[in-house]
Amino acid sequence: MVVLTMKKLINSPESLVRDALEGMAAAHSDLIRVHFDPDFVVRSDAPVHGKVSLVSGGGSGHEPLHGGFVGRGMLHAACPGAIFTSPVPDQMLAATKAVDGGAGVLHIVKNYTGDIMNFEMAAELAQAEGIEIASVVINDDVAVQDSLYTAGRRGVGATVLVEKICGAAAEAGMSLAEVKRIGEKVNAAARSMGMALTSCTVPAAGKPTFELGPAEMEIGIGIHGEPGRKRLPLASAHDILGMLAGAVLDDLPFERGDEVLAFVNGMGGTPLIELYIVYNELVKVCAARGITLSRNLVGSYITSLEMAGTSLTLMKLDDELRRLWDEPVHTAALTWGM
Amino acid sequence: MRITTDYVIQFLDTVAARIKEQRAYLTELDSPIGDADHGTNLDRGFSAVVAKLPTVADKDIGTILKTTGMTLVSTVGGSSGPLYGTAFLRAGTVLSDRYDLADEDLVAALEAALAGIMMRGKAQPGEKTMIDTLAPAIDALKSARAGGADLVTAVREATVAAELGMQATIPMLATKGRASYLGERSIGHQDPGATSAYLMITVLGEVVEQIAAKASS
Repeated sequence: MVVLTMKKLINSPESLVRDALEGMAAAHSDLIRVHFDPDFVVRSDAPVHGKVSLVSGGGSGHEPLHGGFVGRGMLHAACPGAIFTSPVPDQMLAATKAVDGGAGVLHIVKNYTGDIMNFEMAAELAQAEGIEIASVVINDDVAVQDSLYTAGRRGVGATVLVEKICGAAAEAGMSLAEVKRIGEKVNAAARSMGMALTSCTVPAAGKPTFELGPAEMEIGIGIHGEPGRKRLPLASAHDILGMLAGAVLDDLPFERGDEVLAFVNGMGGTPLIELYIVYNELVKVCAARGITLSRNLVGSYITSLEMAGTSLTLMKLDDELRRLWDEPVHTAALTWGM
Repeated sequence: MRITTDYVIQFLDTVAARIKEQRAYLTELDSPIGDADHGTNLDRGFSAVVAKLPTVADKDIGTILKTTGMTLVSTVGGSSGPLYGTAFLRAGTVLSDRYDLADEDLVAALEAALAGIMMRGKAQPGEKTMIDTLAPAIDALKSARAGGADLVTAVREATVAAELGMQATIPMLATKGRASYLGERSIGHQDPGATSAYLMITVLGEVVEQIAAKASS
């Protein structure tokens, strides 16, 4: 018998990714299929002939990212790694071959060293087999300040926006170069910052990734429990949102008169009622700064296991991005317009 | 010195055993500045390599090393998988169709492996990575050879340089990989990748000593 030393709804740390994928396949058999060894989630109608296909992937533990965004108007395939560990090139190559409809494949990659290297190797292997590959690297996390001396800004909330908007662009029949351009435009127009009220426990490790006292919070966390900018005493939603919004708004910068999409994300262990409180604080900040919130997404879409906390992503909108955002989407985690 | 296929297999088997022994230590080093999985991930990868070796044991050294590289890429994940995987793939490419190696071939394979790691990781010495072990080790090996040392002596000097290189990562500021997000907090910790690279260099040294002992007995 497996002895579990942490409170999690799992059978064993070894089987959890596979168990979850099997459950996902059973729950969403109308939208997706799951291929095992190598593991990837793929649209049930793949390959879509004559259109660009999108493949993303990353460590597991961020659900619904990425598998929950596979479906019409978003991703064609997603490769889940072990918890918080990049998937391997075999998965990315197999997924790329499964979705290639002849118009090329865009890899959507979050800026983490492991993800970058594994996707690079997969792209080299796919190109050697004659598939046209382009990639977009997401690096929207303003919490990483000194990017000259680090692996660079991490890919966080903007990933969801890139996947949605590039998915609409691919569905509309845009070329690989155009879909890549749109992805880079979204990444350039978006900035994010997150915070944690609690740590999270990677099942294989069995203990929290970092220790946070009962009256402390960490501002500027990544999505794997990486350290943030600073540790502070617990504060109100008003003050927390003020810190996140200040850092995000000043970085791009977002200015008076800008029209933006706001994405208030839960880190996995935060109830929706708290996310609406955060959104309400954002509405006040934007009103005071003369920024128009014209689109929003509120919910837990890019998570860090059971971590409590939130992240804020803002993206400057123009006609092209707004139109693509509004296009229909039908995936396990995001559905509208169809 | 003549290095045959059997010794290449012995090197890989011994590296796998050493990684398994040191798994907890490597993971512990990876806790303060990484995500506490270096030992676990490498052990998984090299165990897969050991399982695969019997299928290529009668092939050329290039094929054996390329199979090792592909297996590591497929099973390790994270960034160590592509880095060590690329290293073995590049070494294997240099040694294609060879069933035994002379001293210069070993040096050429090590240089190709290091160049592969630097290309894949876009990294240079001094950034608190496995390169800080491997670059000084290969430099020491080459300069000892240039000075007329035999391979056993040259590899001993390489092992000493590798150990010093590994220890030199302790005061370094990490500027690559996940450790870099820690900034100044990365200082004071020995790099886990530099440590696993040191283990591999020590195993190489042991195998070279054995070949020399056998030749003189």
